[in-house]
Amino acid sequence: MISIRNVSHSIDHTPILHDVSLDIPRGGITALIGPNGAGKSTLLSLVARLAALTTGEISVDTLKIGQCKDRDLAKVLAIMPQSTQVSSRLTIRDLVGFGRYPWHQGHPGPEDREKVEETLTRFGLEPLAHRFLDEISGGQKQRAFAAMAYAQSTPYLLLDEPLNNLDIAASRSLMRLLRDMAEEDGKTILIVLHDINYAAAFADRLVVMKEGRIVADGKPEKVVSAKLLYDVFGTDAPVCMMDERPVVLV
Amino acid sequence: MLRKRFLILGTLLALSVVGYMTLGAVGSWSFLIPFRASKLAALALVSVCLAVSTVLFQTITANRILTPSVMGFDALYVFILTAIVHSFGAAGYAAIPAPLLFVMNLVLMTGMGLVLFSLLIKGGRGDILKMVLTGIVLGILIRALTGFLQRMIDPSEFQTIQSVSFARFTYVDKLNLAMAAIVALPALVMAWRMRHRLDVIALGPVAATGLGEAPRRGQRQALVLICLLTASATALAGPMSSGGAGPSSFFGLIVAALAHMITPSYKHSVLLPSAAMLACITLIGGQTVMERVLHLSTPLAVVIEVLGGITFLILLLKRRMA
Repeated sequence: MISIRNVSHSIDHTPILHDVSLDIPRGGITALIGPNGAGKSTLLSLVARLAALTTGEISVDTLKIGQCKDRDLAKVLAIMPQSTQVSSRLTIRDLVGFGRYPWHQGHPGPEDREKVEETLTRFGLEPLAHRFLDEISGGQKQRAFAAMAYAQSTPYLLLDEPLNNLDIAASRSLMRLLRDMAEEDGKTILIVLHDINYAAAFADRLVVMKEGRIVADGKPEKVVSAKLLYDVFGTDAPVCMMDERPVVLV
Repeated sequence: MLRKRFLILGTLLALSVVGYMTLGAVGSWSFLIPFRASKLAALALVSVCLAVSTVLFQTITANRILTPSVMGFDALYVFILTAIVHSFGAAGYAAIPAPLLFVMNLVLMTGMGLVLFSLLIKGGRGDILKMVLTGIVLGILIRALTGFLQRMIDPSEFQTIQSVSFARFTYVDKLNLAMAAIVALPALVMAWRMRHRLDVIALGPVAATGLGEAPRRGQRQALVLICLLTASATALAGPMSSGGAGPSSFFGLIVAALAHMITPSYKHSVLLPSAAMLACITLIGGQTVMERVLHLSTPLAVVIEVLGGITFLILLLKRRMA
């Protein structure tokens, strides 16, 4: 379980998060949604220890963020970076291989290589394995990064707006992959999403944030409503139900 | 492919070393061999230190343009020298025993270098051009401060500074060489042991954190190594950018760029040895060819400076267009 307790956070004296508490039990996809500046990415980056935690406590299973060893946490919690955040000239196989780093510290054994090959097959990346990251499409890149996070073999996976700059086909296929990881591998996925429709279609649970606080939390069909869109996002978009999933008409 | 290229590099390196030791020998071998060997050791130590520190620096700052020397690490050496002469006088300076002076240089350069580089990394995070600019401006600032101090001291004391602030490979003090080696060799070993962590840090802060490699800690550790390596090389051979017989301020830049070109890899287990070998080939081989084969009196530094300036511009422009 990821447990967030009374977390407050300021950036340059501007308060971003106000006393946020949230529990994410094992299993399923939890999506953090909310308008720009609601603090969802900040909350995620605190869980990911990308920003230093100042007030409150966050723990992942038995590991306390800020106190446990980075190396131990990396075996439990994976972060899927944005492709723009990675600079080195790597092949896809190299990149996926890095996912094993927390387990071998630079000296991969046969089981690490096996895991990399298995991951490449599972993500359909084998034909591209020798290609460099700057030679493939944005969708393929995101898929490779998802594969890297998968190869890390952690029960938890964090993603910050992975659909940025992806077209509809790439976005759906990435969300489908995450869905598979949650269902088949039992991974717990925490994801920040911009698009409510993707969140409603693929997540098991939505956590809605506004101005640094959690304002709604629950299953998509319970949470997404015209009233929420008006109250939280300040827009009067109609919402209708399709296949028991809410859809925002834009 | 890499194996073959390393073989070629190894052969070139061996040729350079043999050429340096044997070509143009005048006088008895029993004098020549130890005399040249200590110079060779100094050249090799300086080459490897500068190559490794440049590669480390470029990895932790995620850039291929800036190096410790381009930023003015050498200027720091002249600044410290000037400050010492300014506060103790030329006689006081001359009275400082050589080992103590060496240690003072090393400590002050490492300390000030750490402050300088931390400022740079903090100020230019993620923005290469801003970082290059900050680095160059800081370099100019140090040089200006040095110039200011030099104008305030006695002209005869100024002479003292002049005579010691040139890179020198004509005479190598064995004690200095030993002290530089005592500092540099463990630092090199530690840099080598960091190689896998550096690979991860090069992925960027988000990916590195996710993989359990806190980038800030790695950066700090690498910075200490960079400062120790550059400081011991400079304390041994003098600053590189002031002419004389030493390599120029673009030396690290050239060998790192060549290493990326000749042995393209994200792995520091490839880049570090390749840059180190290229550095030795450039400095030792270059010195041999210039002095003993072509009999040119032009210092090697001038050639490196010209080529380095061009490399710097190309890297900067390529970056701009990409």
